[in-house]
Amino acid sequence: MSVLESKWHEAQPAPVPRKTNKVAKAYKARESLVPGAVLILLAGRFRGKRVVLLKILEDNTLLVTGPFKLNGVPLRRVNASYVIGTSTKVNVSSVDVSKFNAAYFARDRSTESKISEEELFGDAKPAERKINDSRIADQKAVDAGLLSEIKKTPLLSQYLATPFSLKKGDRPHQLKF
Amino acid sequence: MSTETTVKSVNWRLVEVGRVVLINQGKNAGKLAAIVEIIDYKRALIDGPNVPRQGVTLNHVTLTPHVVANVPRGAGHAAIVKKWESSDIESKWAASSWAKKIARTQRRRELSDFERFQVSVLRKQRAYNVRKAVAKA
Repeated sequence: MSVLESKWHEAQPAPVPRKTNKVAKAYKARESLVPGAVLILLAGRFRGKRVVLLKILEDNTLLVTGPFKLNGVPLRRVNASYVIGTSTKVNVSSVDVSKFNAAYFARDRSTESKISEEELFGDAKPAERKINDSRIADQKAVDAGLLSEIKKTPLLSQYLATPFSLKKGDRPHQLKF
Repeated sequence: MSTETTVKSVNWRLVEVGRVVLINQGKNAGKLAAIVEIIDYKRALIDGPNVPRQGVTLNHVTLTPHVVANVPRGAGHAAIVKKWESSDIESKWAASSWAKKIARTQRRRELSDFERFQVSVLRKQRAYNVRKAVAKA
């Protein structure tokens, strides 16, 4: 294909981006963030919850689960910046997390129903939001292996069920996790 | 009113040769040493198996109830270490509630988040048992 020649001569040469040898560094999670580590969530709807880290996803987020049965935190992506890694570890080698990636958690806009005018202003109640059955099945499959592993350590399930909070006299900068 | 008074000898811990001190400041903080010689009214020369021989301000050390027995004034390092061992200072110190308290605070400071949770559960259990026993009595 031939490119059409411009009618005008460029008054100034088009800017050319300068060549650099700089390469963006690949993301590396903190040392405390290894699969199986218990994390404390610091932000969002589940702040204060203690959760188990399953995997670091390709979009540099952390795949965590409560497990759901213990503290209500589902399989979820969280930002590593808003997390404290603790030294407590759960053996997650038996948990299969190969199917989880960023695409798994991406929203499917096509199936999302828009709120109609009638629902917003009228009497019609919005349709109840249903959680995908496959999501529930995935959650159960992951939690089953994890829970049997958690049960092996006494008090660990109670620990995960209890939210983290600072007590009187706690100095967060001096605490060891 | 009687005019007689009884004079009792004081039971203070004295700054004396052989007195074991706990160092509170500087890079040897937390270590034990014995006084070898008194330099002046606020400084002393200390020495011990874990601490190099040095002069310290008495404000920077705390006197312990322990004394290394039979240390001559200005004794050398080797002599101090020998007397230190024969006086059994380390085990006496370790058995004291003072040393235990220091060790406990140290341990508490190192606890992980899970261990802190375990401690809180045990504390609740103890409080429950105490309350139960008190209610019964």
